[in-house]
Amino acid sequence: MAIQNELTATLPITDPMLPRLTRVLVRRREGPETLTLELEAGAAAPAFLPGQFNMLYAFGIGEVAISMSGDPAVADRLVHTIRAVGETSTALTRLEAGDHVGVRGPFGAGWPMEAAYGCDVIVVAGGLGLAPLRPALYRILAERERYGKVVLLYGTRSPTDILYRHELERWRRRLDVQIEVTVDYANGPWHGHVGSVTTLIRRTDFDPLHGIAMVCGPETMMRVTALALKEAGLKEDAIYLSMERNMKCAIGFCGHCQFGPHFICKDGPVLRYDRLGDLLRLKEI
Amino acid sequence: MADTGQVLVEHKFFSDLEEAFRPLVGGCAKMIIFEAGQYLFHDGDPAEWFYLVRYGRVALEVVAPGRATLTFQTIGESDVLGMFWLMPQSHWTHDARALELTHAIAINANCLRQKCERDHDLGYDLMKRFVPILLRRLESAQLQMLDVYGHSK
Ligand SMILES: Cc1cc2nc3c(=O)[nH]c(=O)nc-3n(C[C@H](O)[C@H](O)[C@H](O)COP(=O)(O)OP(=O)(O)OC[C@H]3O[C@@H](n4cnc5c(N)ncnc54)[C@H](O)[C@@H]3O)c2cc1C
Ligand code: FES
Repeated sequence: MAIQNELTATLPITDPMLPRLTRVLVRRREGPETLTLELEAGAAAPAFLPGQFNMLYAFGIGEVAISMSGDPAVADRLVHTIRAVGETSTALTRLEAGDHVGVRGPFGAGWPMEAAYGCDVIVVAGGLGLAPLRPALYRILAERERYGKVVLLYGTRSPTDILYRHELERWRRRLDVQIEVTVDYANGPWHGHVGSVTTLIRRTDFDPLHGIAMVCGPETMMRVTALALKEAGLKEDAIYLSMERNMKCAIGFCGHCQFGPHFICKDGPVLRYDRLGDLLRLKEI
Repeated sequence: MADTGQVLVEHKFFSDLEEAFRPLVGGCAKMIIFEAGQYLFHDGDPAEWFYLVRYGRVALEVVAPGRATLTFQTIGESDVLGMFWLMPQSHWTHDARALELTHAIAINANCLRQKCERDHDLGYDLMKRFVPILLRRLESAQLQMLDVYGHSK
Protein backbone atom coordinates (compact mmCIF):
# COMPACT_ATOMS: atom_id res chain seq x y z
CA MET A 1 0.00 0.00 0.00
CA ALA A 2 3.05 2.24 0.32
CA ILE A 3 3.16 2.84 -3.42
CA GLN A 4 -0.43 3.93 -3.47
CA ASN A 5 0.13 6.38 -0.66
CA GLU A 6 3.17 7.86 -2.37
CA LEU A 7 1.43 8.16 -5.74
CA THR A 8 -1.83 9.57 -4.51
CA ALA A 9 -0.03 11.99 -2.22
CA THR A 10 2.00 13.56 -5.03
CA LEU A 11 -0.14 13.40 -8.17
CA PRO A 12 -3.76 14.36 -8.90
CA ILE A 13 -5.85 11.19 -9.08
CA THR A 14 -8.09 12.63 -11.82
CA ASP A 15 -5.31 12.87 -14.44
CA PRO A 16 -6.57 10.48 -17.16
CA MET A 17 -2.99 9.54 -18.04
CA LEU A 18 -2.15 8.48 -14.52
CA PRO A 19 -2.93 4.88 -13.57
CA ARG A 20 -4.66 4.24 -10.26
CA LEU A 21 -2.98 1.55 -8.29
CA THR A 22 -5.19 -1.40 -7.57
CA ARG A 23 -4.99 -5.02 -6.46
CA VAL A 24 -6.08 -8.33 -7.89
CA LEU A 25 -8.82 -9.79 -5.71
CA VAL A 26 -9.73 -12.89 -7.70
CA ARG A 27 -8.09 -14.72 -10.60
CA ARG A 28 -10.23 -17.22 -12.49
CA ARG A 29 -9.18 -19.37 -15.43
CA GLU A 30 -11.66 -19.27 -18.31
CA GLY A 31 -9.81 -21.27 -20.96
CA PRO A 32 -6.38 -22.36 -22.13
CA GLU A 33 -4.98 -18.81 -22.58
CA THR A 34 -7.74 -16.76 -21.06
CA LEU A 35 -8.54 -15.71 -17.54
CA THR A 36 -10.66 -13.25 -15.65
CA LEU A 37 -9.24 -10.85 -13.09
CA GLU A 38 -11.41 -9.16 -10.52
CA LEU A 39 -9.70 -5.99 -9.37
CA GLU A 40 -10.42 -3.86 -6.35
CA ALA A 41 -12.31 -0.83 -7.69
CA GLY A 42 -11.49 1.57 -4.88
CA ALA A 43 -13.40 4.74 -4.10
CA ALA A 44 -11.76 6.58 -7.01
CA ALA A 45 -13.13 4.24 -9.69
CA PRO A 46 -15.86 5.93 -11.74
CA ALA A 47 -18.96 4.00 -12.82
CA PHE A 48 -18.69 2.52 -16.31
CA LEU A 49 -21.00 1.99 -19.25
CA PRO A 50 -21.35 -1.41 -20.93
CA GLY A 51 -18.90 -1.47 -23.85
CA GLN A 52 -16.25 0.76 -22.27
CA PHE A 53 -12.70 -0.33 -21.56
CA ASN A 54 -9.86 0.31 -19.12
CA MET A 55 -6.14 0.62 -19.79
CA LEU A 56 -4.45 -1.99 -17.59
CA TYR A 57 -0.82 -1.42 -16.74
CA ALA A 58 1.43 -4.39 -15.95
CA PHE A 59 4.20 -2.62 -14.07
CA GLY A 60 7.50 -2.39 -15.92
CA ILE A 61 6.06 -4.12 -18.98
CA GLY A 62 3.29 -2.20 -20.66
CA GLU A 63 -0.26 -0.99 -20.83
CA VAL A 64 -3.11 -2.44 -22.91
CA ALA A 65 -6.80 -1.79 -23.51
CA ILE A 66 -9.04 -4.38 -21.88
CA SER A 67 -12.84 -4.23 -21.94
CA MET A 68 -14.96 -4.04 -18.85
CA SER A 69 -16.62 -7.44 -18.65
CA GLY A 70 -18.34 -7.31 -15.27
CA ASP A 71 -21.73 -6.18 -14.07
CA PRO A 72 -22.01 -2.37 -14.27
CA ALA A 73 -24.26 -2.47 -11.20
CA VAL A 74 -21.46 -3.90 -9.05
CA ALA A 75 -19.33 -0.96 -7.97
CA ASP A 76 -16.70 -2.52 -5.73
CA ARG A 77 -14.76 -4.44 -8.38
CA LEU A 78 -13.53 -4.17 -11.95
CA VAL A 79 -13.83 -7.37 -13.93
CA HIS A 80 -11.59 -8.01 -16.95
CA THR A 81 -11.21 -11.10 -19.10
CA ILE A 82 -7.80 -11.25 -20.71
CA ARG A 83 -6.28 -13.50 -23.33
CA ALA A 84 -2.51 -13.85 -23.36
CA VAL A 85 -1.36 -12.89 -26.86
CA GLY A 86 1.79 -10.81 -26.30
CA GLU A 87 4.07 -9.54 -23.60
CA THR A 88 1.71 -7.27 -21.69
CA SER A 89 -1.40 -9.41 -21.86
CA THR A 90 0.66 -12.44 -20.82
CA ALA A 91 2.05 -10.50 -17.85
CA LEU A 92 -1.49 -9.57 -16.83
CA THR A 93 -2.62 -13.18 -17.01
CA ARG A 94 0.21 -14.15 -14.68
CA LEU A 95 -0.94 -11.84 -11.89
CA GLU A 96 -2.07 -13.56 -8.72
CA ALA A 97 -4.54 -12.46 -6.05
CA GLY A 98 -2.90 -9.68 -4.06
CA ASP A 99 -0.63 -8.48 -6.92
CA HIS A 100 -0.74 -4.85 -8.00
CA VAL A 101 -1.88 -3.50 -11.35
CA GLY A 102 -2.36 0.03 -12.73
CA VAL A 103 -5.74 1.07 -14.10
CA ARG A 104 -6.82 4.05 -16.20
CA GLY A 105 -10.38 4.48 -17.35
CA PRO A 106 -13.10 3.78 -18.08
CA PHE A 107 -12.81 5.12 -21.62
CA GLY A 108 -14.79 5.20 -24.83
CA ALA A 109 -18.35 5.09 -26.09
CA GLY A 110 -20.38 2.06 -25.07
CA TRP A 111 -23.30 0.01 -26.36
CA PRO A 112 -26.57 1.83 -27.22
CA MET A 113 -28.42 0.69 -24.11
CA GLU A 114 -31.03 3.46 -24.16
CA ALA A 115 -31.48 3.49 -27.95
CA ALA A 116 -32.38 -0.20 -27.63
CA TYR A 117 -35.31 0.41 -25.26
CA GLY A 118 -38.44 -1.12 -26.77
CA CYS A 119 -36.44 -3.00 -29.43
CA ASP A 120 -35.63 -6.63 -30.03
CA VAL A 121 -31.94 -6.92 -29.10
CA ILE A 122 -29.72 -9.31 -31.03
CA VAL A 123 -26.36 -9.70 -29.32
CA VAL A 124 -23.80 -11.47 -31.53
CA ALA A 125 -20.49 -12.40 -29.94
CA GLY A 126 -17.48 -14.17 -31.40
CA GLY A 127 -14.79 -15.70 -29.17
CA LEU A 128 -13.46 -13.23 -26.63
CA GLY A 129 -15.92 -10.68 -28.06
CA LEU A 130 -18.38 -11.98 -25.45
CA ALA A 131 -16.38 -10.14 -22.75
CA PRO A 132 -17.33 -6.55 -23.77
CA LEU A 133 -20.91 -7.67 -24.42
CA ARG A 134 -21.43 -9.25 -21.01
CA PRO A 135 -22.00 -5.91 -19.20
CA ALA A 136 -24.67 -5.08 -21.80
CA LEU A 137 -26.36 -8.42 -21.09
CA TYR A 138 -26.24 -7.81 -17.32
CA ARG A 139 -27.86 -4.42 -17.86
CA ILE A 140 -30.54 -5.77 -20.22
CA LEU A 141 -31.42 -8.62 -17.86
CA ALA A 142 -31.60 -6.20 -14.91
CA GLU A 143 -34.03 -4.01 -16.87
CA ARG A 144 -35.64 -6.83 -18.83
CA GLU A 145 -39.03 -5.14 -19.13
CA ARG A 146 -37.53 -2.26 -21.13
CA TYR A 147 -36.52 -4.47 -24.07
CA GLY A 148 -38.32 -6.63 -26.62
CA LYS A 149 -37.05 -10.08 -27.49
CA VAL A 150 -33.47 -10.64 -26.32
CA VAL A 151 -31.20 -13.07 -28.14
CA LEU A 152 -27.56 -13.91 -27.59
CA LEU A 153 -25.86 -15.70 -30.47
CA TYR A 154 -22.38 -16.75 -29.46
CA GLY A 155 -19.83 -18.41 -31.72
CA THR A 156 -16.51 -19.74 -30.56
CA ARG A 157 -13.82 -22.14 -31.60
CA SER A 158 -14.67 -25.36 -29.73
CA PRO A 159 -16.63 -26.42 -26.63
CA THR A 160 -13.55 -25.98 -24.40
CA ASP A 161 -13.27 -22.32 -25.49
CA ILE A 162 -16.77 -21.34 -24.32
CA LEU A 163 -16.44 -18.30 -22.11
CA TYR A 164 -18.56 -17.81 -18.96
CA ARG A 165 -20.12 -21.25 -19.43
CA HIS A 166 -21.89 -21.38 -16.07
CA GLU A 167 -23.42 -17.98 -16.60
CA LEU A 168 -24.62 -18.90 -20.09
CA GLU A 169 -26.20 -22.05 -18.65
CA ARG A 170 -27.90 -20.01 -15.93
CA TRP A 171 -29.25 -17.46 -18.42
CA ARG A 172 -30.44 -20.22 -20.69
CA ARG A 173 -32.74 -21.45 -17.93
CA ARG A 174 -34.55 -18.10 -17.98
CA LEU A 175 -37.65 -17.99 -20.15
CA ASP A 176 -37.19 -14.38 -21.27
CA VAL A 177 -33.90 -14.65 -23.13
CA GLN A 178 -32.75 -16.88 -25.98
CA ILE A 179 -29.16 -18.11 -25.77
CA GLU A 180 -27.63 -19.99 -28.71
CA VAL A 181 -24.04 -21.17 -28.74
CA THR A 182 -22.24 -22.55 -31.77
CA VAL A 183 -18.69 -23.83 -32.17
CA ASP A 184 -16.49 -24.12 -35.26
CA TYR A 185 -15.79 -27.74 -34.51
CA ALA A 186 -16.44 -30.28 -31.77
CA ASN A 187 -14.49 -33.42 -31.02
CA GLY A 188 -16.08 -34.49 -27.78
CA PRO A 189 -19.52 -35.00 -26.30
CA TRP A 190 -21.13 -31.80 -27.62
CA HIS A 191 -24.83 -31.69 -28.42
CA GLY A 192 -25.06 -28.00 -29.36
CA HIS A 193 -24.71 -26.27 -32.72
CA VAL A 194 -21.65 -26.62 -34.91
CA GLY A 195 -21.14 -24.04 -37.65
CA SER A 196 -20.46 -20.33 -37.98
CA VAL A 197 -22.41 -17.77 -35.97
CA THR A 198 -24.02 -16.49 -39.19
CA THR A 199 -25.98 -19.75 -39.46
CA LEU A 200 -27.59 -18.89 -36.10
CA ILE A 201 -28.64 -15.46 -37.35
CA ARG A 202 -30.50 -17.07 -40.24
CA ARG A 203 -32.37 -19.33 -37.83
CA THR A 204 -33.40 -16.59 -35.42
CA ASP A 205 -36.74 -14.79 -35.54
CA PHE A 206 -36.76 -11.14 -34.54
CA ASP A 207 -38.46 -7.96 -35.64
CA PRO A 208 -35.98 -6.28 -38.01
CA LEU A 209 -37.95 -3.04 -38.09
CA HIS A 210 -37.72 -2.69 -34.32
CA GLY A 211 -34.45 -4.48 -33.73
CA ILE A 212 -30.96 -3.48 -32.75
CA ALA A 213 -27.81 -5.58 -32.96
CA MET A 214 -24.70 -5.41 -30.80
CA VAL A 215 -21.78 -7.28 -32.32
CA CYS A 216 -18.27 -7.96 -31.07
CA GLY A 217 -15.65 -10.41 -32.28
CA PRO A 218 -12.81 -10.68 -34.76
CA GLU A 219 -13.19 -8.18 -37.59
CA THR A 220 -13.80 -10.85 -40.26
CA MET A 221 -16.58 -12.34 -38.14
CA MET A 222 -18.13 -8.89 -37.57
CA ARG A 223 -18.07 -8.12 -41.31
CA VAL A 224 -19.99 -11.25 -42.29
CA THR A 225 -22.27 -10.95 -39.26
CA ALA A 226 -23.25 -7.40 -40.23
CA LEU A 227 -24.06 -8.62 -43.76
CA ALA A 228 -26.16 -11.50 -42.42
CA LEU A 229 -28.02 -9.07 -40.13
CA LYS A 230 -28.67 -6.78 -43.09
CA GLU A 231 -29.97 -9.74 -45.08
CA ALA A 232 -32.28 -10.47 -42.15
CA GLY A 233 -33.70 -6.97 -42.58
CA LEU A 234 -31.87 -4.85 -39.99
CA LYS A 235 -30.92 -1.38 -41.13
CA GLU A 236 -27.25 -0.36 -41.06
CA ASP A 237 -27.93 2.25 -38.39
CA ALA A 238 -29.33 -0.45 -36.10
CA ILE A 239 -26.12 -2.49 -36.15
CA TYR A 240 -23.36 -1.60 -33.66
CA LEU A 241 -19.86 -3.08 -33.73
CA SER A 242 -17.08 -2.86 -31.16
CA MET A 243 -13.81 -2.12 -32.93
CA GLU A 244 -10.30 -2.88 -31.79
CA ARG A 245 -7.13 -0.93 -32.55
CA ASN A 246 -3.90 -0.61 -30.59
CA MET A 247 -4.13 2.14 -28.01
CA LYS A 248 -1.66 4.39 -26.29
CA CYS A 249 -3.26 7.45 -24.66
CA ALA A 250 -6.90 6.21 -24.83
CA ILE A 251 -8.15 9.80 -24.63
CA GLY A 252 -7.94 11.01 -28.23
CA PHE A 253 -4.51 12.70 -28.07
CA CYS A 254 -1.96 10.49 -29.77
CA GLY A 255 -3.76 9.25 -32.89
CA HIS A 256 -2.53 5.70 -32.34
CA CYS A 257 -5.98 4.18 -32.64
CA GLN A 258 -7.13 6.14 -35.68
CA PHE A 259 -9.49 4.26 -38.00
CA GLY A 260 -10.43 6.49 -40.94
CA PRO A 261 -12.00 9.58 -39.41
CA HIS A 262 -12.61 7.83 -36.07
CA PHE A 263 -10.45 7.59 -32.99
CA ILE A 264 -11.47 4.20 -31.63
CA CYS A 265 -10.58 5.18 -28.05
CA LYS A 266 -12.83 8.22 -28.00
CA ASP A 267 -15.47 7.84 -30.75
CA GLY A 268 -15.59 4.06 -30.17
CA PRO A 269 -14.88 1.33 -29.45
CA VAL A 270 -18.60 0.86 -30.18
CA LEU A 271 -19.47 2.40 -33.54
CA ARG A 272 -22.52 2.23 -35.75
CA TYR A 273 -22.13 0.10 -38.86
CA ASP A 274 -23.41 2.81 -41.22
CA ARG A 275 -20.46 4.93 -40.10
CA LEU A 276 -17.99 2.10 -40.57
CA GLY A 277 -19.24 0.05 -43.50
CA ASP A 278 -16.75 1.08 -46.23
CA LEU A 279 -13.80 1.30 -43.86
CA LEU A 280 -14.32 -2.33 -42.90
CA ARG A 281 -13.63 -3.33 -46.48
CA LEU A 282 -10.33 -1.44 -46.75
CA LYS A 283 -7.09 -3.31 -46.32
CA GLU A 284 -4.21 -1.94 -44.26
CA ILE A 285 -6.25 0.51 -42.24
CA MET B 1 -50.12 -40.99 -41.11
CA ALA B 2 -49.67 -37.46 -42.47
CA ASP B 3 -49.73 -36.94 -46.24
CA THR B 4 -46.15 -36.53 -47.61
CA GLY B 5 -47.11 -33.68 -49.98
CA GLN B 6 -48.65 -31.77 -47.08
CA VAL B 7 -45.69 -32.36 -44.78
CA LEU B 8 -43.41 -31.24 -47.61
CA VAL B 9 -44.94 -27.76 -47.81
CA GLU B 10 -45.02 -27.49 -44.03
CA HIS B 11 -41.22 -27.57 -44.16
CA LYS B 12 -39.68 -24.09 -44.51
CA PHE B 13 -37.61 -25.17 -47.52
CA PHE B 14 -40.64 -26.07 -49.66
CA SER B 15 -43.26 -23.87 -48.02
CA ASP B 16 -43.81 -21.87 -51.24
CA LEU B 17 -43.43 -24.76 -53.66
CA GLU B 18 -45.77 -24.32 -56.63
CA GLU B 19 -48.87 -26.46 -56.52
CA ALA B 20 -47.90 -28.19 -59.78
CA PHE B 21 -44.52 -29.31 -58.41
CA ARG B 22 -45.82 -30.71 -55.12
CA PRO B 23 -46.86 -34.16 -56.40
CA LEU B 24 -43.65 -34.40 -58.42
CA VAL B 25 -41.41 -33.82 -55.39
CA GLY B 26 -43.80 -35.59 -53.03
CA GLY B 27 -43.66 -38.67 -55.26
CA CYS B 28 -39.95 -39.02 -54.52
CA ALA B 29 -40.31 -38.42 -50.79
CA LYS B 30 -40.92 -40.53 -47.72
CA MET B 31 -41.12 -39.77 -44.02
CA ILE B 32 -38.38 -41.16 -41.86
CA ILE B 33 -37.41 -41.20 -38.16
CA PHE B 34 -33.94 -41.65 -36.69
CA GLU B 35 -33.35 -42.50 -33.04
CA ALA B 36 -30.70 -40.56 -31.13
CA GLY B 37 -27.32 -42.01 -32.03
CA GLN B 38 -28.55 -43.65 -35.25
CA TYR B 39 -26.60 -42.93 -38.43
CA LEU B 40 -28.43 -41.46 -41.43
CA PHE B 41 -25.52 -42.49 -43.63
CA HIS B 42 -21.82 -43.21 -43.49
CA ASP B 43 -18.77 -41.81 -45.23
CA GLY B 44 -18.44 -43.61 -48.59
CA ASP B 45 -22.13 -44.60 -48.91
CA PRO B 46 -23.80 -43.68 -52.22
CA ALA B 47 -25.63 -40.34 -51.86
CA GLU B 48 -29.03 -41.65 -52.88
CA TRP B 49 -31.20 -39.54 -50.60
CA PHE B 50 -31.25 -36.07 -49.16
CA TYR B 51 -33.18 -35.00 -46.09
CA LEU B 52 -35.34 -32.15 -44.90
CA VAL B 53 -35.12 -32.15 -41.12
CA ARG B 54 -38.50 -31.54 -39.47
CA TYR B 55 -37.48 -31.94 -35.82
CA GLY B 56 -34.25 -32.96 -34.16
CA ARG B 57 -30.59 -32.40 -34.83
CA VAL B 58 -27.97 -34.22 -36.88
CA ALA B 59 -24.18 -34.01 -36.58
CA LEU B 60 -22.00 -34.20 -39.67
CA GLU B 61 -18.79 -35.92 -38.69
CA VAL B 62 -15.46 -36.94 -40.12
CA VAL B 63 -13.23 -39.58 -38.67
CA ALA B 64 -9.50 -39.37 -39.25
CA PRO B 65 -7.27 -42.24 -38.18
CA GLY B 66 -5.76 -41.68 -34.77
CA ARG B 67 -7.95 -38.65 -34.06
CA ALA B 68 -11.23 -38.18 -32.25
CA THR B 69 -14.37 -37.90 -34.39
CA LEU B 70 -14.75 -34.30 -35.48
CA THR B 71 -18.15 -32.64 -35.89
CA PHE B 72 -17.89 -29.87 -38.47
CA GLN B 73 -21.55 -28.96 -38.80
CA THR B 74 -24.91 -29.58 -37.20
CA ILE B 75 -28.17 -29.61 -39.12
CA GLY B 76 -31.32 -28.73 -37.25
CA GLU B 77 -35.00 -28.07 -37.54
CA SER B 78 -36.02 -26.64 -40.94
CA ASP B 79 -32.59 -27.33 -42.46
CA VAL B 80 -31.69 -29.33 -45.54
CA LEU B 81 -29.17 -32.11 -45.24
CA GLY B 82 -27.23 -33.24 -48.28
CA MET B 83 -26.26 -31.48 -51.47
CA PHE B 84 -24.60 -34.44 -53.18
CA TRP B 85 -27.89 -35.56 -54.66
CA LEU B 86 -27.37 -32.90 -57.36
CA MET B 87 -24.50 -34.94 -58.80
CA PRO B 88 -25.32 -38.42 -60.11
CA GLN B 89 -23.22 -41.30 -58.82
CA SER B 90 -21.77 -39.37 -55.91
CA HIS B 91 -20.90 -40.60 -52.44
CA TRP B 92 -21.03 -39.09 -48.98
CA THR B 93 -17.69 -37.88 -47.71
CA HIS B 94 -18.73 -37.79 -44.06
CA ASP B 95 -21.00 -39.52 -41.56
CA ALA B 96 -24.36 -38.11 -40.44
CA ARG B 97 -25.54 -39.10 -36.96
CA ALA B 98 -28.76 -38.10 -35.21
CA LEU B 99 -27.93 -36.34 -31.93
CA GLU B 100 -31.52 -36.63 -30.78
CA LEU B 101 -34.75 -38.18 -32.04
CA THR B 102 -34.98 -36.76 -35.55
CA HIS B 103 -37.95 -36.64 -37.89
CA ALA B 104 -37.10 -35.98 -41.53
CA ILE B 105 -38.45 -36.13 -45.04
CA ALA B 106 -36.12 -38.24 -47.18
CA ILE B 107 -36.13 -37.47 -50.89
CA ASN B 108 -34.77 -39.92 -53.40
CA ALA B 109 -32.07 -38.25 -55.46
CA ASN B 110 -32.32 -40.37 -58.58
CA CYS B 111 -36.09 -40.00 -58.72
CA LEU B 112 -35.90 -36.21 -58.35
CA ARG B 113 -33.05 -35.81 -60.84
CA GLN B 114 -35.04 -37.71 -63.46
CA LYS B 115 -38.06 -35.46 -62.91
CA CYS B 116 -35.83 -32.38 -63.19
CA GLU B 117 -34.50 -33.69 -66.52
CA ARG B 118 -38.04 -34.07 -67.79
CA ASP B 119 -39.30 -30.78 -66.37
CA HIS B 120 -36.70 -28.02 -66.46
CA ASP B 121 -39.02 -25.60 -64.71
CA LEU B 122 -38.92 -27.91 -61.71
CA GLY B 123 -35.14 -28.20 -62.09
CA TYR B 124 -34.73 -24.41 -62.17
CA ASP B 125 -37.01 -24.00 -59.15
CA LEU B 126 -34.91 -26.50 -57.19
CA MET B 127 -31.66 -24.89 -58.33
CA LYS B 128 -32.83 -21.53 -56.96
CA ARG B 129 -33.59 -23.19 -53.64
CA PHE B 130 -30.35 -25.12 -53.32
CA VAL B 131 -27.76 -22.64 -54.60
CA PRO B 132 -28.21 -20.09 -51.75
CA ILE B 133 -27.88 -22.89 -49.20
CA LEU B 134 -24.73 -24.13 -50.90
CA LEU B 135 -23.23 -20.64 -50.94
CA ARG B 136 -24.06 -20.03 -47.28
CA ARG B 137 -22.54 -23.35 -46.30
CA LEU B 138 -19.44 -22.37 -48.26
CA GLU B 139 -19.27 -19.02 -46.49
CA SER B 140 -19.72 -20.71 -43.14
CA ALA B 141 -17.02 -23.28 -43.94
CA GLN B 142 -14.70 -20.45 -44.98
CA LEU B 143 -15.16 -18.73 -41.63
CA GLN B 144 -14.60 -21.97 -39.74
CA MET B 145 -11.48 -22.68 -41.77
CA LEU B 146 -10.09 -19.21 -41.05
CA ASP B 147 -10.15 -20.11 -37.36
CA VAL B 148 -10.93 -16.48 -36.56
CA TYR B 149 -11.35 -17.07 -32.83
CA GLY B 150 -8.03 -18.78 -32.53
CA HIS B 151 -5.81 -15.79 -33.09
CA SER B 152 -7.79 -12.63 -32.66
CA LYS B 153 -10.53 -11.21 -30.53
C1 LIG C 1 -11.19 -1.31 -26.97
C2 LIG C 1 -10.42 -2.57 -26.81
C3 LIG C 1 -10.88 -3.54 -25.94
C4 LIG C 1 -10.16 -4.72 -25.77
N1 LIG C 1 -10.63 -5.65 -24.90
C5 LIG C 1 -9.89 -6.76 -24.65
C6 LIG C 1 -10.32 -7.70 -23.67
O1 LIG C 1 -11.35 -7.55 -23.03
N2 LIG C 1 -9.54 -8.77 -23.47
C7 LIG C 1 -8.37 -8.99 -24.17
O2 LIG C 1 -7.70 -9.99 -23.92
N3 LIG C 1 -7.98 -8.12 -25.11
C8 LIG C 1 -8.69 -7.01 -25.36
N4 LIG C 1 -8.26 -6.11 -26.28
C9 LIG C 1 -7.05 -6.43 -27.05
C10 LIG C 1 -5.78 -6.09 -26.31
O3 LIG C 1 -5.71 -4.72 -26.04
C11 LIG C 1 -4.61 -6.53 -27.18
O4 LIG C 1 -4.65 -7.92 -27.28
C12 LIG C 1 -3.29 -6.05 -26.63
O5 LIG C 1 -2.75 -5.11 -27.49
C13 LIG C 1 -2.26 -7.13 -26.47
O6 LIG C 1 -1.06 -6.54 -26.04
P1 LIG C 1 0.24 -7.36 -25.85
O7 LIG C 1 1.33 -6.42 -25.47
O8 LIG C 1 0.01 -8.49 -24.93
O9 LIG C 1 0.54 -7.96 -27.25
P2 LIG C 1 1.16 -7.19 -28.50
O10 LIG C 1 2.63 -7.06 -28.32
O11 LIG C 1 0.36 -5.96 -28.78
O12 LIG C 1 0.87 -8.26 -29.60
C14 LIG C 1 1.58 -9.52 -29.58
C15 LIG C 1 1.08 -10.36 -30.71
O13 LIG C 1 -0.31 -10.63 -30.54
C16 LIG C 1 -1.06 -10.14 -31.62
N5 LIG C 1 -2.27 -9.52 -31.09
C17 LIG C 1 -2.42 -8.25 -30.65
N6 LIG C 1 -3.67 -8.04 -30.24
C18 LIG C 1 -4.32 -9.19 -30.42
C19 LIG C 1 -5.63 -9.61 -30.16
N7 LIG C 1 -6.57 -8.82 -29.67
N8 LIG C 1 -5.94 -10.89 -30.43
C20 LIG C 1 -5.02 -11.73 -30.93
N9 LIG C 1 -3.77 -11.38 -31.21
C21 LIG C 1 -3.42 -10.14 -30.95
C22 LIG C 1 -0.18 -9.14 -32.32
O14 LIG C 1 -0.47 -9.11 -33.72
C23 LIG C 1 1.19 -9.67 -32.08
O15 LIG C 1 1.53 -10.66 -33.00
C24 LIG C 1 -8.96 -4.93 -26.48
C25 LIG C 1 -8.50 -3.95 -27.36
C26 LIG C 1 -9.22 -2.79 -27.53
C27 LIG C 1 -8.72 -1.76 -28.47
S1 FES D 1 -5.17 5.88 -28.27
FE1 FES D 1 -4.39 7.89 -28.46
S2 FES D 1 -5.85 8.78 -29.77
FE2 FES D 1 -6.72 6.87 -29.35
